[in-house]
Amino acid sequence: MPLPYSKKVIQHFNKPHNYGKMKNPDGIGEVGNIICGDVMKLYIKVGQNKKGQDIIKDISFETFGCLAAIASSSMLTDLVKGKTLEQAISFDRKEIVEGLGSLPPIKIHCSVLAGDALIEAIHSYLTKNKKPIPQALNKRHQQLAKEKQEIKETH
Amino acid sequence: MQRIYLDNSATTKIDKKVFRAMEPYLKQDFGNASSLHWFGQNAHEAITKSRQQVADFLGCNFLEVFFIDSATISDNLAIMGVVKQALRQNSGQAQKKPHIITSQIEHPAVLELVEHLEKDGQIEATYLPVNREGVVKIEDVEKAIKENTILVSIMYANNEIGVIQPIAEIAKVIKSFKLRVPSSKVLFHIDAVQGANYLDCNVDKLGVDLLTLSGHKIYGPKGIGVLYKRKGVEIEPIIFGGHQERGLMPGTENTTTIVGLGKAIQQVSSFKFQVSKIEELRNKLIDGILNSISGTSLNGSRENRLPNNANISFSGVEGESILMALDQKGVAVSTGSACASGNLDPSHVLMALGVGVERAHSSIRFTLGKYNTEKEIDYVLKILPGIIEKLRKISPLK
Ligand code: FES
Repeated sequence: MPLPYSKKVIQHFNKPHNYGKMKNPDGIGEVGNIICGDVMKLYIKVGQNKKGQDIIKDISFETFGCLAAIASSSMLTDLVKGKTLEQAISFDRKEIVEGLGSLPPIKIHCSVLAGDALIEAIHSYLTKNKKPIPQALNKRHQQLAKEKQEIKETH
Repeated sequence: MQRIYLDNSATTKIDKKVFRAMEPYLKQDFGNASSLHWFGQNAHEAITKSRQQVADFLGCNFLEVFFIDSATISDNLAIMGVVKQALRQNSGQAQKKPHIITSQIEHPAVLELVEHLEKDGQIEATYLPVNREGVVKIEDVEKAIKENTILVSIMYANNEIGVIQPIAEIAKVIKSFKLRVPSSKVLFHIDAVQGANYLDCNVDKLGVDLLTLSGHKIYGPKGIGVLYKRKGVEIEPIIFGGHQERGLMPGTENTTTIVGLGKAIQQVSSFKFQVSKIEELRNKLIDGILNSISGTSLNGSRENRLPNNANISFSGVEGESILMALDQKGVAVSTGSACASGNLDPSHVLMALGVGVERAHSSIRFTLGKYNTEKEIDYVLKILPGIIEKLRKISPLK
């Protein structure tokens, strides 16, 4: 199957930004791709900006997946690093595809995976720190938990 | 950039001699082989010569050779042709549905069709499993074959793992069944597309009734294949039109590709002596990878395997990302990963081996050909450990 990957995608794949395991992260998001069975892990460290708001101070990923999944992970970390948690919560994963220029249609789900990993990482941070969890975030989290179960059952 | 082609099971580079043989038919010798004038007869003669070349290769009569527009169509014609014939003979009688035996690791050209016919309610089907090595068990064929079996279709060698099936032995099982059950009309079809370069394709030694070949896997042109049909075997056409190929492949003959296939098949015999060289390089590749990179494993039997195939899994790394990283360094391979398949399913062949989703997911197929050199293999062995190491650093599966 020919995959017309954009230059930007290839660049991120060749030299991914912010990858590798993080020591003592404040939140971890682990997601599996229901479509192809791939796995992504996202680590975040949370700090405060001058206004005292929670921000994503540091972020890194580990991805077992295709070129598009690796490039999407890298792009995501670029896009949300330094953002406030509030901004990160409302992050639109379409931005990943836009940031990369484009993705082949059959590979859009790989960028969805990256977006979901972010949701999970933030959710884990909020839970751990007993902070209030916005409803939309919680809903998506529950959906993902259900999908995870399905993946386990099918594999 | 230097480009290294290690995807010879996908397609092969056209041989110079084949190309030269084809050229005139794209230029001055353009006649329609069905025309009675000089131009037509010229083309007709070329096709006849090609038919004889194929017949020599298969050890059969040239009238048993049919040129078919592709190997997929040839597989389809063999299977559907037999089914239609059986259904016609059954019509009006309260007979059982025709039964087909095939394997779980067939090429989609066979598997998808059999599944389709089964879903359609036209046939009953048995999909034989393979063992861990990728080989069909003879006892399973013995057990599966029954009175209403009309066809056994098994590939000679697998396109993904290169594993060779015991065709002559399966033929014996079929033959002894027919002796026991004289009313049985079971036929034996093999897809020899991948085997043709390396294995004996004598149809009598193999004991087959129908056999499929492809042009572009043997350094010939694309868009042409062969169906061998043993004398006396009747099949129904699946495409309708002119009388070409005695009604089995209607449509003006593509003289150019037919001539190319004939020349290519003639070359196969002369390239047989290079096989040991290919095998040596392939062994160097397998051993080099298994020895220098941890967490690697060969998929499918090592012994019962085409000499040009290496299918290896790299634990913790997804296949498409390996493929793309290699491609950027000029090395062309393929993968059984779900991420790289059109339907996002892992390779059905690797799944049938029982190696598990993850190993299928991280598999890379290297298939060598007659143009590969030792230098190229050395280069691959040099760059591959670094690529795997880097991707493993990115991966959460350690
Ligand atoms: S991660 Fe499997 S297709 Fe992208």
